[in-house]
Formats: sequence, C-alpha cells, structure tokens
Amino acid sequence: MNYPVVVEVTLRDGIADPEGATIEKALPALGFTGVARVRAGKSFRMEIDAVDESAALEKATALAERLLSNPVIENAVARSAVGS
Amino acid sequence: MARIGVVVFPGSNCEYDAFSAVTSLGAQAQFIWHSQTDLDGVDGVILPGGFAHGDYLRPGALARFSPVMEAVAAFASAGGAVLGICNGFQVLTEAGLLPGALQKNRGLTFLCQPTTVIVESTNSVLTRGATQGEELVIPINHFSGSYTCDDATLASLEANNQIVLRYKDNPNGSRADIAGVSNVDGNVVGLMPHPERAMSTLLGSADGRVLLEGFVHAPVGAR
Repeated sequence: MNYPVVVEVTLRDGIADPEGATIEKALPALGFTGVARVRAGKSFRMEIDAVDESAALEKATALAERLLSNPVIENAVARSAVGS
Repeated sequence: MARIGVVVFPGSNCEYDAFSAVTSLGAQAQFIWHSQTDLDGVDGVILPGGFAHGDYLRPGALARFSPVMEAVAAFASAGGAVLGICNGFQVLTEAGLLPGALQKNRGLTFLCQPTTVIVESTNSVLTRGATQGEELVIPINHFSGSYTCDDATLASLEANNQIVLRYKDNPNGSRADIAGVSNVDGNVVGLMPHPERAMSTLLGSADGRVLLEGFVHAPVGAR
C-alpha cells in the first residue's frame, strides 16, 4: 500500500539562518508583530509503498538522512500525511 | 609530466577554465565525465565550479552520488591530490571528504567580486608552494559560500592546521573567515574562491598561479 508522507528539513539549532532572519525582520513592517524565532526550511511530500505506516516512516527517515538533508547542518523529521 | 583529471558533472561550468589553467602550468589535463567509475590513472583530480545536477536540493547533494565520486573517494583515501573549487568544494563537503558545509551567503545575494585571502597553512596540496601569511587576490563567484561547522569541528580544524585560506574581509559570513579547508592529511582541499580565474594579470590577477602550480605538481613525488 502507498502511504503519504511529509519530510520536513530544518536547520539545526545554532546554525545561522539568514533566510529566516530576513523573513522575521520583514514581518513587523507588514503589521505582523509578536512573531519570533522564524526558521526557514524545506518540506517534501511523497508516497511510499510499504507494509504499514511505521515501515513507510522508517524508509522516509532513512532517505531523508541520506539525501534530503545534510546532517552536518540540518535535521529531518518524517511524519504521516494521511488526511492532509 | 603530471596528468590532472577535471571532473565534469552535468551543470559544471568552470571545467574549461580549470583545464586551461592546468595546461598553462605545464601539466596535462583531461576531462572525466561524472558517470565514469575510474579516474583513468590521473595524478590529481579537480572538481570544478558550476551547478552540478542543477544544484537541486542543495549544492553538491546530488553530485556526491555520481558514479565517479566513489573513485574520487578511493583516490583521496589513498593519498591522491583532490581539489574542489567552489561547487567542487560543496560536492566534497556533501560527500564527507571534507568537514563542514556551505550555506547561503549571509547577505542572501550572489557574490561575484575579487577577494583577498590569506594563506593560513602551507600543509596542503594547494598551498604547499605559497608562503604562510601571504595575501592573494582571487575572485569569488557564489551564492552558497558561507562555510559553517560546529564548535568541535572548528576546534579540530584549528588543531590540525586544516584551515588553508581565510578571507581578509569576510564577504559571505563564513565561520572564522574560512575560505578553504583541507582534510587532516592535506591531500584533499576545497575552497570557494576561483584560483583558475586568477591566472593572468591581464585578466585582473595572477595570484591563483602559486596555488594551482603547487597543486598540479604536487602529485608527482608527493606522499
């Protein structure tokens, strides 16, 4: 069966994020106050053929660590996208 | 005469500059297509600048899985001289052949300008002919050139003399002003500036010559 999965890749804590910082600085000018700690990242959607959802998530985590993220600077989290 | 392989990925665009720089220094150059699984017995390897595999995902992220990279890794671990310039540096960090990673520039703009770098260590195949403390004017041309690494990696880079070049006036937010690093043995080097574009005073600077001269003649008789 195919399981829909989302992988989110974000910069690790302590790694400078000039994109997130620039977005955060732009927000007050647009009237959005009280927004802090903006971090930019990437999200990937995919369908994974697996025996069950936990096997699908395991596979997604493995491919996220091997290809979708650079573990030197990024974290990757896989979660189910059923119903989203 | 040393024979230097210049690896060409789909999307590389500095391979002719590198080829021409190598031959102008009296060495032989040959292109190596990324799908090759061996290096044809070359004495040294250059991974040139450009946008390998479109830089999709992250610069170097897809190129590190090109078939040729296994041969490059084996060559490097046997002590072979490997040089990554700009995109080639990004490929070497993604492949784990050099520590750290290259992020988007601090100012989020593409930078194309001459920079002054300071030779920090001469214990590498790139800087062996240079003098410690020497200042060189070499152009940069990148969007993702901000060198980053964690505290422990930075400490080991410093302790092992692996920082080969630093920017005099940091243009991109690189940690510790790092412009180029080597592996522990000094036979694998990566840098963001383009020495192959600094080969002639007529074209702005000839300061790249001392670096590439050391590199192309390093393989013969070294280690």
